[in-house]
Amino acid sequence: MSHAPTSPARRSFLRQGAAGGALLIGMSAQGVLAAGAPAPASGADFVPNAFIRIARDGRVTLISKQPEIGQGIKTSLPMVIAEELDVDWNDVRVVQGDLDLQAYGSQGAGGSSSTPNNYENFRRLGATARALLVQAAAQAWKVAPGACTTDAGAVLHPPSKRRLAYGALVDAAARLPLPDAAAVALKDPASFKLLGRRIGGVDNAAIVSGQPLFGIDVQLPGMLHAQYVKCPVFGGAPLRANLDAIRALPGVKDAFIVKGTDNLNGLRPGVAIVASSTWAAIRARRALQVEWDEGGGARHSWADFGAQARAAARQPGTTMLRRDGDVEGALKSAARTVEAAYSYPFISHASMEPQNCTAWIKPDGALELWAPTQNPNAGQALVSATCGIPREKITLHILRSGGGFGRRLSSDFIVEATAIAQQMKDKAPVKLTWTREDDLQHDHFRPGGFHFLRGGLDAQGRAVAWHNHFVTFANRVTQDGKSTLRNGSGGSLSPDEFPGRWLANCQLEQTALECSVPMGPWRAPGSCVFAWVFHSFIDELAHAGGRDPLAFRLELLGDRDLMAPSVERGQPYDVARMRAVLQTAADKAGWGKKTFPRGQGQGIAFHFSHRGYVAQVAEVTVSKDGQLKVDRVVVASDIGPTIINLSGAENQVEGSVIDGLSTLMFPALDIEGGRITQSNFHDYPLLRIGDAPAKIEMHFVKSDQPVTGLGEPPLPPLAPAVCNAIFAATGKRVRELPLSKVDLSWR
Amino acid sequence: MSTYTLNVNGEVRSLELDADTPLLWALRDTLGLVGTKYGCGLGQCGACTVHLDGVATRACVLPVSAIGQQKVTTIEGLDPRHQHPLQRAWQELDVPQCGYCQAGQIMSACALLKQHPAPTDAQIDEAMAGNLCRCATYMRIRKGIHRAAELAAAEGKPA
Repeated sequence: MSHAPTSPARRSFLRQGAAGGALLIGMSAQGVLAAGAPAPASGADFVPNAFIRIARDGRVTLISKQPEIGQGIKTSLPMVIAEELDVDWNDVRVVQGDLDLQAYGSQGAGGSSSTPNNYENFRRLGATARALLVQAAAQAWKVAPGACTTDAGAVLHPPSKRRLAYGALVDAAARLPLPDAAAVALKDPASFKLLGRRIGGVDNAAIVSGQPLFGIDVQLPGMLHAQYVKCPVFGGAPLRANLDAIRALPGVKDAFIVKGTDNLNGLRPGVAIVASSTWAAIRARRALQVEWDEGGGARHSWADFGAQARAAARQPGTTMLRRDGDVEGALKSAARTVEAAYSYPFISHASMEPQNCTAWIKPDGALELWAPTQNPNAGQALVSATCGIPREKITLHILRSGGGFGRRLSSDFIVEATAIAQQMKDKAPVKLTWTREDDLQHDHFRPGGFHFLRGGLDAQGRAVAWHNHFVTFANRVTQDGKSTLRNGSGGSLSPDEFPGRWLANCQLEQTALECSVPMGPWRAPGSCVFAWVFHSFIDELAHAGGRDPLAFRLELLGDRDLMAPSVERGQPYDVARMRAVLQTAADKAGWGKKTFPRGQGQGIAFHFSHRGYVAQVAEVTVSKDGQLKVDRVVVASDIGPTIINLSGAENQVEGSVIDGLSTLMFPALDIEGGRITQSNFHDYPLLRIGDAPAKIEMHFVKSDQPVTGLGEPPLPPLAPAVCNAIFAATGKRVRELPLSKVDLSWR
Repeated sequence: MSTYTLNVNGEVRSLELDADTPLLWALRDTLGLVGTKYGCGLGQCGACTVHLDGVATRACVLPVSAIGQQKVTTIEGLDPRHQHPLQRAWQELDVPQCGYCQAGQIMSACALLKQHPAPTDAQIDEAMAGNLCRCATYMRIRKGIHRAAELAAAEGKPA
């Protein structure tokens, strides 16, 4: 096979890819199966598709198309190819692909979707290449391909004990027409050699030796360094600044105002300082004086938001999400009712690597970008639309991200770097590095929220009514030329969120408060807080009815195996899978079989999000003076029949559990005068090693469902499991986050 | 601007810098040693941890003018072949998630092992309290330090 993009073989692969419609799963699949070989000249290698390159010496290069943000995708998806290709993992090198939708299909790290959207297709990519290598060997030996097997990068013919390494088959395989991807046989998962094992991250050697790897590590000849200063009040803009004085400071190359746009998630107005080093730019910034037009956002405060929310709760919600049965009637006739208000603050993503991007405008107007991004395609689109650069003239290199958590689904830092680079007269590359203060105060925050809940129980302690008025936040945006309110990411409740659909009398209402605080997706958007609210309140109902919290939940889930969605874009809820993980977590934790002294207790919770079913039991100790220690967390997860990389999966579960605990215990942002009052880790604390749980036990419940991702699903159940355990230990119900503001002391 | 002569990873380098330039930015922007990371600029997160004569130090709040003759060791110079017991343990146990904080974690852990060759969990928690990991790899950091201590003991060499 020739390796030029126009080769007949490649065209045939494209045709087959398009014809194999039945295989296409998810948005990214089309591109993956239709993928052609990339152009780089390397006539000596076997390049059956855009993701695989096999050299004569047997070395295998696999492309990772998805952004790596710590979720381990750069290791796990190539493992899927390597499994079906049947090569020795030690012979594999993984290379990060640039943004190239035509070659790779969809590229983005969000919604725990990389695995479910690519798993089956990546198997076929590997299997197709393997089939060609088998065929090439069979032809050389004049035997039937079916009589051949493969192992560790070689084709074997057991009857004659012959063996040919893949490297020796490169030329012959390259001359063969590609088989129909749909017809290629896949391995029986029972015979997997690589998937399911613990494999270390492919970048670990570079990480532990400090090699350049992350976005912030980019170094280019002649590169300049930028700071970008935005109005501390969201929606504000610079009127004037002491730019001449700044330009005269040591190392400063230029300083200027960027007009920006009114898109709170796009290019916000600000003042740029460009200097010869990062420090020279930061130093100059300390002398910067700006007169700001603060705009209408200056009236916002967290206290006022709370007052607005309580006022809103006395009125009907502006949106009725769900109205099943007669909630008021059911509450009136209930044997017992419970009423509670829950709230949580705005928080930041606080990835360890602050936002940064390097942009280089070439003399011909083309743009080259190096960005630690979760969402390269959206970044390119925003840059193109905002800065007037055609998309075909933008090259975007995806750099490893020092944490994502949803922050880098936004592209503000990419468009800022570009807008600054456009102003550089000598067309020097510019690296924009946000300070920690920028990162904390100009995040696209997880929205805060308020839930006003009422629940009713019958005489047997069964739940008979559920009412929630959710007060959330929205930004004013222009859509299709019209001004409208758009809820923050994670700030919309689905009418299907559990226990919606389960109770005969269920009313869910929502009211959004308008604000100019930029908002964005934060790990398991919505779920990361809804699970805490709902499973805390479910626990309140269980205790009010004198019921065991596990038995109460199993009764609530009921006997049916599947709950169909009730709204158009809703998700079917596999109740059987949830019951299985809930029972597993309870059994492994010894639920109901242990007695705890006062000050210690167990709590339980479950949540379905991002196609994953997870239940957790937490065991805590609360000292008399209110210090919390999480002694043990038992996690049962169902993410399908196969764990791709067991080490990566365990990392994601442990990380999600501790991230959930950190977020429960510590961070909160105050808003005063329209600005964030916290500025760095001294007043925005996160969990440190001493507060990590003593033990986290992980159980993967296997089910016959499509393989799915694990970056988000294990996070939501942690907070309610811990808070329910705190209640069991102390009798104190936590209804406001973070815990650092709650007195947990007991006598 | 003044000239500062720094001993970094055993190499003596003369740098033209402002006196208040933090060592972090001298390493990253001037010397191109980007393994030492910027995280907060306030000595709060530990991502910039280096050794000054073997003592763990936050490079983001250390002006180059305060270093004098002290020897600077960064993650790049921890071991000539990048095979320090901590570097091997970290790979063996797959400690990193995003990996951004791990150079600082390893430098702090190395200073701990010099003091306590076989540390307890409590000693680990105390010594590592200055290093944030936003991905929360803390369980494996604890295990990784214990494993590195084992490797160093088995080889009869201090970590």
